[in-house]
Amino acid sequence: MDWQAIWLSVRLAASTTVILSALGLPIAYWLTFSPRRWKFLVEALVALPLVLPPTVLGFYLLLAMGPRSPLGALYAKLTGGMLPFSFQGLLVASVLYSFPFTVQPVAAAFAGVDRKLLEASWCLGVSRAATFRRVIVPLSLPGIATGAILSFAHTLGEFGVVLMVGGNIAGVTRTVSISIYDSVQGLNYGAAAATSLFLLCVSFSVLALTYALGRRVWTVWPIN
Amino acid sequence: MADQLICQCRKRLSKAFEVEADLRIPLDRAPVTVLFGPSGSGKTTLLRMLAGLERPDAGSIVFRETAWFDGARALDLPPQQRRAGFLFQDYALFPHLTVAENVSYAAPRETAGKLLDAFGLAELAGSKPRAISGGQQQRVALARALAAAPALLLLDEPLSALDAATRSRTRHELRRMLLASGVPSIVVTHDRMEAVALGDWMAVMVDGRIRQSGPVQEVFGRPADLQVAESVGVENVLSAEIVGRESGLLLLRVSGPAGEARIQCVDSGETGPVFACIRAEDVAITREMHQVSSARNRLAGRVRSVIGEGALARVDLDCGFPLVALVTAQSAGELGLREGERVSAVVKATAVHLAAHTGA
Repeated sequence: MDWQAIWLSVRLAASTTVILSALGLPIAYWLTFSPRRWKFLVEALVALPLVLPPTVLGFYLLLAMGPRSPLGALYAKLTGGMLPFSFQGLLVASVLYSFPFTVQPVAAAFAGVDRKLLEASWCLGVSRAATFRRVIVPLSLPGIATGAILSFAHTLGEFGVVLMVGGNIAGVTRTVSISIYDSVQGLNYGAAAATSLFLLCVSFSVLALTYALGRRVWTVWPIN
Repeated sequence: MADQLICQCRKRLSKAFEVEADLRIPLDRAPVTVLFGPSGSGKTTLLRMLAGLERPDAGSIVFRETAWFDGARALDLPPQQRRAGFLFQDYALFPHLTVAENVSYAAPRETAGKLLDAFGLAELAGSKPRAISGGQQQRVALARALAAAPALLLLDEPLSALDAATRSRTRHELRRMLLASGVPSIVVTHDRMEAVALGDWMAVMVDGRIRQSGPVQEVFGRPADLQVAESVGVENVLSAEIVGRESGLLLLRVSGPAGEARIQCVDSGETGPVFACIRAEDVAITREMHQVSSARNRLAGRVRSVIGEGALARVDLDCGFPLVALVTAQSAGELGLREGERVSAVVKATAVHLAAHTGA
């Protein structure tokens, strides 16, 4: 079994989950409670990685991160490094790729909080931000946990985007799924089988845990 | 007149329905105001506009000389700054917090502790809202609202989530708590018994408009128009015509499908076709058929039915037009009222209230 790749994938998945939790909660809040008419566009954008082939996403990311793009040039200026074929580049790609897996369950949980509770809090003189922290988040914990678990699991198993953006550098960008692909290419079926079984067990445990938390995994967009 | 709540605002809810409320409550004279009206008349919307939860399309809301909303100046204070405590129909207690945490949600622990004691909730302090009864939940919601030191309390059908037995017991308790709090309150209800039991002042809302407001007794006794009369539950609304006028009294001809009668009432300046509104409680029944006094209206009729309603009996009469009387069960028994019997209905001239026929 390729423990180096497993450890890299776990680090990538954990970092992605932390970043997505920080970014996903405010975006889910905005999507749930904003009265803007054009928010369906943002909804579609967030959900895009669900249907877009990973190679397409990877291709655009590669272009955007490249040293000749303004974004890539800015990153090079700030850090002296490059995003493609680096762990940081993988992280950016993973965050974008797993976005809907955090935002959708969280938005569904937010929408499920009785609006009267928020209004009751406002009428008691408590600000919107404090109401979010003291009422919405505690009542949405199962949904937030679902989002985090799904993002973690999804990142752990991603392949296409990683290959496009990160390539296959041992210890830097060679994640579990790439390691499996590599083993099969090298006709090393034993290693591929062991790592695959490991990934299968992890995925099943994660989904079982998610369902045990009492939420549906494939929540539809909240209706409001 | 600084101590007033003045609300003049408009909000369109659908193509066919607009709430257009013109409400003025003298807070010094009206500790508890009842906002009364049938379901779907816009009461809750008005209450939510007062709380800042719903934005009016236009108009203004001024509470004790502080503008809460002014459409012309694009001023709209958020609920947090209005300090209007809101009691939701189902109380909206925070389900993840205990009773004590709910009450101290927006208040210092000390204030919350005092309120828990005052409301008899100290023993339930550690319980979650779903583990306590509806009546207790109501007290928690009220304590939570009062803990935040509100300037005004808004209660949306506060008794409707309770079962019938608890409801009648809670009415007086709620009024006592509201008076004790010293915070002016507005209570939405569609139940006339609740209105009488809770309110000092009453505003009647029909089809999105405030049709009448004033002291509760006055609104019940003298409905301004037919729709108010119907919604506050005046049982007898009779179609009548003014046929004479003398020494401060009006002579009316009341006509129905099977006959007509003449009754007198106080001249309040009406002309033309009117509705004569008579509360069932103001109709007395007697077996004496002869004329006693000219100031009394005596209508001959037949008993159509006698239905017991607890200590009261509702007597339906046919005087050529239907007339409902509400007498004590005791006097109904003493009179030996039976179906088909001839009796006289007596109505004081001062108990007949005229409502203009137009616009009904």
